[in-house]
Amino acid sequence: MTTLKQTPLNAAHREMGAKMVDFGGWDMPVNYGSQIDEHHQVRNDCGMFDVCHMRVVDIKGNGVRAFLRYLLANNADKITLPGKALYSVMLRPDGGVIDDLIIYFMTERWFRVVVNAGTADKDIAWMKQQAGTHAPGLTITSRDDLAMVAIQGPNARAKVWQVLPHTQTSTQGLQGFQAADCGEYFVARTGYTGEDGFEVMLPKEKVETFWYALNSAGVKPIGLGARDTLRLEAGMNLYGQDMDESVGPLESGLAWTVDLKSARDFIGKSALLANPPARKLVGLVLLDRGVLRGHQQVHTAHGAGEITSGSFSPTLEKSIALARVPNGVQNGDTVQVAIRDKMLAARVVKYPFARNGKAV
Amino acid sequence: MSNPGNLKYTDSHEWVKTEADGTITIGITQHAQELLGDMVFVEAPAAGRKLKAREECAVVESVKAAADVYAPVSGEVVAANSALDSSPEDINNDPYGAWIFKMRPDHAADVSALMDATAYQAHVDSEAH
Repeated sequence: MTTLKQTPLNAAHREMGAKMVDFGGWDMPVNYGSQIDEHHQVRNDCGMFDVCHMRVVDIKGNGVRAFLRYLLANNADKITLPGKALYSVMLRPDGGVIDDLIIYFMTERWFRVVVNAGTADKDIAWMKQQAGTHAPGLTITSRDDLAMVAIQGPNARAKVWQVLPHTQTSTQGLQGFQAADCGEYFVARTGYTGEDGFEVMLPKEKVETFWYALNSAGVKPIGLGARDTLRLEAGMNLYGQDMDESVGPLESGLAWTVDLKSARDFIGKSALLANPPARKLVGLVLLDRGVLRGHQQVHTAHGAGEITSGSFSPTLEKSIALARVPNGVQNGDTVQVAIRDKMLAARVVKYPFARNGKAV
Repeated sequence: MSNPGNLKYTDSHEWVKTEADGTITIGITQHAQELLGDMVFVEAPAAGRKLKAREECAVVESVKAAADVYAPVSGEVVAANSALDSSPEDINNDPYGAWIFKMRPDHAADVSALMDATAYQAHVDSEAH
């Protein structure tokens, strides 16, 4: 048996009554009581998430922009304002998705990248391998000294300013997908819930104090259970479920993040151009009683598909899912989902399902 | 919450209550609901269905996961709790009140042979290690 990795907030979670689970090798809180209450807490007020398991990577040196232009499917040239963020996928040469990530442009010699926990080591190895060939002068540093907390919900920013008043001046003008480097605190107006809020990166040794200060200000801790239903309602992909190395971004609802218009070359581009997508990601709302789950088979008039992520939506009070289906399937179609020994009807819908506190 | 002493228990975390008319009422234990978390869907067996002991016969689904519920003994289903269709969270709020279905057991002795509260607690403790 391997020992689970712990974030610097592990003791705080236990103190706050968390139920802990093995999440990809990390000992993480799944909830602190009711997962549904935690979900509504974020949609209606605000909550905080331990995302210390995610990895911050700094890429520094001359030519970092040109390197990212080649490394990533989205175009680093889109971000020119310091602090501006961009969501992208990083592809294999065959178009499979290595990871999805956020990059922040800080200076022409410094971009910050935030990657998923389970893929971090693989991602960094890939970045270093590519840099070795294309940009040997760059330094790629895993910032294991940093912790990260996401504070999300309509009241999240005000609570952060209450706890970190010195950051307010430099962060109150931030637009969505924009960050400010406030010395020890790196504050980004980003998240994974479909709500307003911040993701704060800070020195590891300060995160427990920050966490308890937020809690004293009325910010409730939210577990990974609610994090998953929040992101699913918001129509945000989860790496490893909605896409992975075996499937391309164009079949994963991520065409909007892939820049095929500019003349630049990037890893995976030729494979994407050579293989037009035959499937696409759609939203499903279950019409019958039950719960949609990942890997359930979907039967459509255009052939078979599969649910990639499914759960119960606390906001809609119905079961919802993302599913990969043949291209011919259209919004408004009714499809059948195999759940145990039954076929249940579901409607194909445009997603996101919910954002900013409401069903959409 | 401790497990009521007047009930019988299975190793698959159902509780079983013997009624005055000889039928039995079945639900899931406090431990089971706590593991599953917020309930959002319950599918109970139809009245009249004949069940064998340990047969999968109902499903409880939380936001997190689906779990099978097993017949504690052989017998026939006599009722299902339709109130859970609209309020599955009753199982979280009151696991020993929110029954899922009722059966008429083929043999009352099968029910007596199930675990008592003390044996069930030992079973739960052993699973935790």
